[in-house]
Amino acid sequence: MLKQRWAAASSSTSLKATSPAAADTASYRKAKNRLPGLAVPKSTTPTTKPPLTFPGQLAQSTVRGYTTQKQATAYIHGKQSYDVDKIRHDFPILNRLINGKPLAYLDSAATTQKPREVIDELTRFYSEYNANVHRGVYKISEEATAAYEEARAKIARLINASSPNEIIFVRGTTEAINLVAQSWGRTNVGLGEGIILTEMEHHSNIVPWQLLAKQNGAHLKYVGLTDDGHLIKDDFRQHLESGEIKLVTMTHVSNVLGTINPIREYIREAHKEGCRVLVDAAQSVPHMPVDVQDMDCDFLAFSGHKMCGPTGIGVLYAKKPILEEMPPYHGGGEMIREVHLYESTWRDPPYRFEAGTTNIAGAIGLGEAIDYLSEIGLRNIQVHDQELTEYVHDMLGKVKGVKIYGPANPRAKAGVISFNLGDVHAHDMASLLDEDGIAVRSGHHCAQPLMERLGVSSTTRASVYVYNTEDEIDRLVESVERAGRVFKV
Amino acid sequence: MSSIYSEIILDYYRYPRNKGILPHAQIHARDTNPLCGDVVEMQLEVDERNTVRDVRFNGQGCAISQASASMLTELVKGKTVDDVRKISKEDVLSLIGGQLTAVRLKCALLSLKVLKTGVYNYIGSTDATKDELSSL
Ligand SMILES: Cc1ncc(COP(=O)(O)O)c(C=O)c1O
Repeated sequence: MLKQRWAAASSSTSLKATSPAAADTASYRKAKNRLPGLAVPKSTTPTTKPPLTFPGQLAQSTVRGYTTQKQATAYIHGKQSYDVDKIRHDFPILNRLINGKPLAYLDSAATTQKPREVIDELTRFYSEYNANVHRGVYKISEEATAAYEEARAKIARLINASSPNEIIFVRGTTEAINLVAQSWGRTNVGLGEGIILTEMEHHSNIVPWQLLAKQNGAHLKYVGLTDDGHLIKDDFRQHLESGEIKLVTMTHVSNVLGTINPIREYIREAHKEGCRVLVDAAQSVPHMPVDVQDMDCDFLAFSGHKMCGPTGIGVLYAKKPILEEMPPYHGGGEMIREVHLYESTWRDPPYRFEAGTTNIAGAIGLGEAIDYLSEIGLRNIQVHDQELTEYVHDMLGKVKGVKIYGPANPRAKAGVISFNLGDVHAHDMASLLDEDGIAVRSGHHCAQPLMERLGVSSTTRASVYVYNTEDEIDRLVESVERAGRVFKV
Repeated sequence: MSSIYSEIILDYYRYPRNKGILPHAQIHARDTNPLCGDVVEMQLEVDERNTVRDVRFNGQGCAISQASASMLTELVKGKTVDDVRKISKEDVLSLIGGQLTAVRLKCALLSLKVLKTGVYNYIGSTDATKDELSSL
């Protein structure tokens, strides 16, 4: 049933040869060929491009080198559909047994698992071309630099930035937001001026602004939430009309409720008032196509580890004219043009903001992760996550005593489902699920103001990604029912 | 594997013993587990021979934190303050039984930490006691 819905929903977008993924992959391969040292064939790299599929061509089709019986059933009306079984093969960790049961990993909103491609690329970097970038004149330094800059270009293509120079490598969303607060914010948000946030922000999009507000005598204004987890637009308009707002900063997708905010509308209205807009895209870039030029955001932040990449690497995107005016965030090597005893001059962006030796392996690994996701197709991932979110709503919603938070319509959500069962504490729920090999998150999810708004101390959160299946959701539901029996809900 | 949620734990969670307020408690402490938001408060009334005459806990949170607090109150009742001071992690864990992950260990030991904080405030703490508390 679910498979059919996937097929129908993704039918117009899933043909590989026409997707941007194909272009990405091709240029990546080219990049590798420029670096002879890198041209080691990888076990999981398909040697031939998967063919376009037509009616009657079902069982022979291969994608990413796998052919399975199941796959044949995944082709409906001759259109290639999402094949989760093949994707699962790419993630070695999914072979693990937890308490004797296969790991059902439902905590991708915290961090995603890594495909073999990414793991292998990290190994290859360290064993074949590890060197510092932008410094050495020798062969492997040149290779490392090329791979590092190619990763930057891949990120720019993924989010449709107008140039790779608008892409700054940082540790993650948190550092990206702190960078904007301390560099742009300190010079642009002054005494008595305001910043608009929302009640559904992650702590990393609250605390940096509190720090800035203290430093500069600015103030914070919050957009409230409806009971079903949507932003209250009137709050936003009222705050904007106060006339002293310099920045709007909000999440694209809530990491607790899953709510997808109508970010373009908000950006358009903020721009009319001359405000800049920062988008926390930690939960959106991994799950859907995001186009910064179409969205017209001024800043966008996301984390590599939430999209199959390594930890410790993330991205700040900002429009070029804004970046050019921004002072450095950290001082050190790599970010300077000239250093004298008492003053220095800065390099142009993005290097002005990448002081010291950065996470080179992480950046290269993230580039590989982007190839991986692009090959599946961000649009396909979005549909897959959407269908699973609907399935969780359907199945979990039937369990007696379960309350699901956020929008009632799962179509307004992106892969994140928070719930509670009766008065069972979320930590007890998560421990019970762990006994059944199911990994979910419990607690306040770094969003205490949101928890206060919901009137709960914690929730249990299941979040899905490319590798999750209907079967795993069935196991989740069974296990939640067991918790209900244990706690006599 | 056997579940940490034994009948005993669930019973103490559903029907907590010694939960409430002791207005004349000489020993009183409260702490939270910032990770989970568990709250536990311990109150001990001691007599002139420093024996625990009465005890209550109060709080909210997961079954592990609340059940272990309740079990701990039963353990301290009738003991001298000095014996209460000597209660160890292992004593509490053996009351709970079962295997706990590191994060849940914090839930299980919150009440012991609160109890010891109260006791050390009462008898006067040393640097060694601060180390002991931070290891819980
Ligand atoms: C919406 C949102 N913003 C920001 C963050 C922080 O990301 P990181 O910890 O990778 O810096 C997260 C992840 O936890 C998130 O979900």
